[in-house]
Amino acid sequence: MSAPRRPVDPSGLERYYVLTGGRSGPGGSASSLDVATLIVSRAAPVPGMQHEHEEILRRCREPLSVAELGAHLGLPFNILAVLLTDLLEADRVEARDPIPAHDAGRGPDLALLEEVLSGLERL
Amino acid sequence: MDLKGFDQPGSPAGDGTRSVKVMIAGGFGTGKTTMVRSVSDIKPLTTEETLTEASAGVDHLIGVADKTETTVSLDFGKIGLNDELVLYLFGTPGQERFWFLWNGLFKGALGAVVLVDTRRLASSFRAIEEMERQDVPFVIALNVFPDSPEHPVDEIRDALDISPDIPVVACDARDRSSSRDVLVALIRHLKERSAVVALEPR
Repeated sequence: MSAPRRPVDPSGLERYYVLTGGRSGPGGSASSLDVATLIVSRAAPVPGMQHEHEEILRRCREPLSVAELGAHLGLPFNILAVLLTDLLEADRVEARDPIPAHDAGRGPDLALLEEVLSGLERL
Repeated sequence: MDLKGFDQPGSPAGDGTRSVKVMIAGGFGTGKTTMVRSVSDIKPLTTEETLTEASAGVDHLIGVADKTETTVSLDFGKIGLNDELVLYLFGTPGQERFWFLWNGLFKGALGAVVLVDTRRLASSFRAIEEMERQDVPFVIALNVFPDSPEHPVDEIRDALDISPDIPVVACDARDRSSSRDVLVALIRHLKERSAVVALEPR
């Protein structure tokens, strides 16, 4: 399972280069993206849009995690993060970070833990 | 064009669904993916990250850049906790050295389950150290294999050298309700920790 696999093959790298216009890592608004961040579309795809952008907007009508998007689109996290930055900056998607156990300055969130617990107990 | 779900373009779409994440860590072959699979509502998926690392200590050819790209995979699943809250479970890569390279892998996680194979305790030492180093709250889940020797929990706790307040539970990672119980143990542990923290003077 998991662990390192073969080094990325050159054709894959070329594809990623084209997809991202050669940008290698997320900056700005996407730098905080997490694998569990939920992406929600805020706009419909428009004609002429890059195929992957369109695909993201279509798949995220219902909130979908970055990890799921990556798995469905067959894109590694760092490449997907670049594409998501474009959409975030254009205000076409909304990103909701996972809720941490405790927010800075607010102390541990017992209500959240209770909510998780009752959800698990219903399984 | 199909505009279903976009009746009000420009306004926040969708519902108020939020997510939480829990990491499933442990040594190679301790059953991380098995646990994700047994408890997930969806067929587990795999997401990847391309990591660049300096290839120190690795034979390299003259003229070849001293950096290598490695693809690291995370197996994950999800559990719908209620209409507006989804729990994502991520099985960590088998080789702990990749945890450093994947920035923020543990950041924002509620906590972690460290799976331990009692036949090979040592294989989870690194995972435990890493949780302690990164200050990620965790519980130990002893994945009981058919030929696992019976060890009293205290003995295992000693061997793993973990603090007395960290819960150690036995489980069968292949079983959905058993894996669910491990997650319940983790959340209860987090609640207890919160209570302790809340009582401490500021």
